[in-house]
This record gives sequence, C-alpha cells and structure tokens, in this order.
Amino acid sequence: MHEAGLMQCALEAAEEQARLCGATRIHRVTLRVGKLAGVESEALAFAFDVVTADTIAEGAILDIEPVPIVCYCDVCEKEFSPEGFVFTCQDCGRPSADVRAGRELELASLEVSGDGG
Amino acid sequence: MAVEQRAGPRVIRVTKSLLAKNAEAAAHNRETFRRLGLCAINMLSSPGSGKTALLQATLPRLTLKAAVVVGDLATDNDARRLQGTQAPVVQITTGNLCHLEADMVNRACAEIDFDGVRLLFIENVGNLVCPASYDLGEELRVVLMSVTEGEDKPLKYPKIFKTADVVVLSKMDLAGPAGFERSAALDNLRHMAPQATVFELSARTGAGMTDWCAFLQERSNR
Repeated sequence: MHEAGLMQCALEAAEEQARLCGATRIHRVTLRVGKLAGVESEALAFAFDVVTADTIAEGAILDIEPVPIVCYCDVCEKEFSPEGFVFTCQDCGRPSADVRAGRELELASLEVSGDGG
Repeated sequence: MAVEQRAGPRVIRVTKSLLAKNAEAAAHNRETFRRLGLCAINMLSSPGSGKTALLQATLPRLTLKAAVVVGDLATDNDARRLQGTQAPVVQITTGNLCHLEADMVNRACAEIDFDGVRLLFIENVGNLVCPASYDLGEELRVVLMSVTEGEDKPLKYPKIFKTADVVVLSKMDLAGPAGFERSAALDNLRHMAPQATVFELSARTGAGMTDWCAFLQERSNR
C-alpha cells in the first residue's frame, strides 16, 4: 500500500529531524510497523533504498520493528494478543474491537552523526 | 569537547507517524465539519458494490439536505448519476491515485455551499485496501459488501472491516441467485467487525432502505 510514498514521508521526516539537531548524516532509520498497519515490510525496505539514494540517508540501515496486535477484552478486563486477524478473547471467546496496539506506522528513531553547525 | 560529542553518532527518538500529513488534514476536515454541523460519512467498498446506487436510492428518501463528494480515477459518471438527486455533488478525479486523501476532500468541499446541509457523503474510490488507511475526517465509516462478493470478504480484508462503523450488505435482491449464505456472512462480520452496525438492503427494490435512512437521519441529528 503505497510503500514508496510512505518511505518518502519517512525520509522527509528523518531529514527534518537531522536538520533540527544539526546532524549531517543518517546511519540508521528505525520504523515501528504494526501488524494492522496495512503495509508490507519488504516493500518498505525496497522503497527505502530507492528514495534514500543521493540523500544524507544514502546507505543507511533500515530497521523495522514489528508491533504485534494487542486487544482488550472488556468482559475479562484484560489485554490479549490474538493470533491472526480474528480478535476473539482466548478466555471467554468474545470478539473484541478494542485494539490497543498494532496500528502503528511510524518513524521511531534515527542514528545520526555530524555537526551541521 | 561539546562539538566532538555533537559530531559523533547519536540516536534521536522521533516517534512520528508516516501518515502525519494526512492525519493533520483529516483533523482539519473534522473540525470544519463539526463547525458546519455536518455528519460526514466515508463510503468504502470494492468497485461495483453499489455505493453510487445506494446514494441514488438514499438521497430522495432523506428529509434533510445532503451533499456528496465522489472520487474515481476517471470520468464524472458517478457525479452525473447523482445529478438528479438535488444534492450538491462534486466529483474528484484522482488520475492514478487509488484512494481519497483528506486534502483532496478539503479541496472538493470548497466548491460546495453547505448552507442547510446536514449530511456529507464521501464516496471513496472503489478499493478495499488503501482507503482503509486514510482518515478523511469523517464521523462515520460505512463499508459496503454485496452478496456477489463472497461471505468471506470480511476475513480477506481485515483492516477495512475493523475500521468500519457500519457495514452495508448490498444487492440483497440478488442473494438467492448468487447463492449467498447470509448466516455465514453475518457470522464473519460478527468476528471481524463486532463494532459495526449491519444493514442488509437492496437499493434497487428498496428493501431495508427505511432502517438505513432512519439511521442516517438519527445520526445527523446528534
């Protein structure tokens, strides 16, 4: 789903952060991608190499931290991690629509260097 | 010393959504709709599930004023089909983009006179994948699936069904000829979209339209 466009957004956010802290090179980009984010990690990685060419992030390592889905059962009053995409509580069997984690699609952190000042 | 430390490798925590730009535009839309007293409804489905036909059947049955923004890759056919309904209609032609984004909806809304309008329907591009990820600033997300698409549709497209406030089972008049297994479909919806209110209807025969329209009227009055 538009991994190239999303990677372009990631790069722009990374470049802006690097600028703000006076860095001149980006060595590592870490993304957090939830299982329900609707994007394919392999496609993100491919797009990363393409969009970072000739930028301060060229050659940087891309880390993708997968975020598993966590739901909340309001009958049992506790969180659970469903297998697959049917979110039924393992204890009481009730389907849950309360998703507490797993939708993330974010630029988590950068490893940078260089003094732009 | 300070310069050396600054120049060395260091980790910066960012935590920024890759969809931040669209999220900001969606928040702006949401605020605009709230200010105008509009209930905005994002209508999503596969191509051909009957979004436009549902709007054609819905608009004349409503006693309140509605407006429509419709998105397609090409043509203004859908907007033309809705011309006779007396609702202001704006067509967005996306070119190659397979989903609507919040800024596109914002631009389309600039062409509408919302005086007296209570409901804004946003007919998304027919696609069950990408539109799921793009908040348009809507109050209600309606996902249609027709009886010819298979009872397991909700299982195949988890994300969109899990973000639906309403699911409309459309073309119910074709359920018999299509061999549609209604209880299997409802069971799948209960598992994949327990949060959604389900309507079963036929825009063509009018079956189920009363409940659907009553729901819309009630939501617009909130």
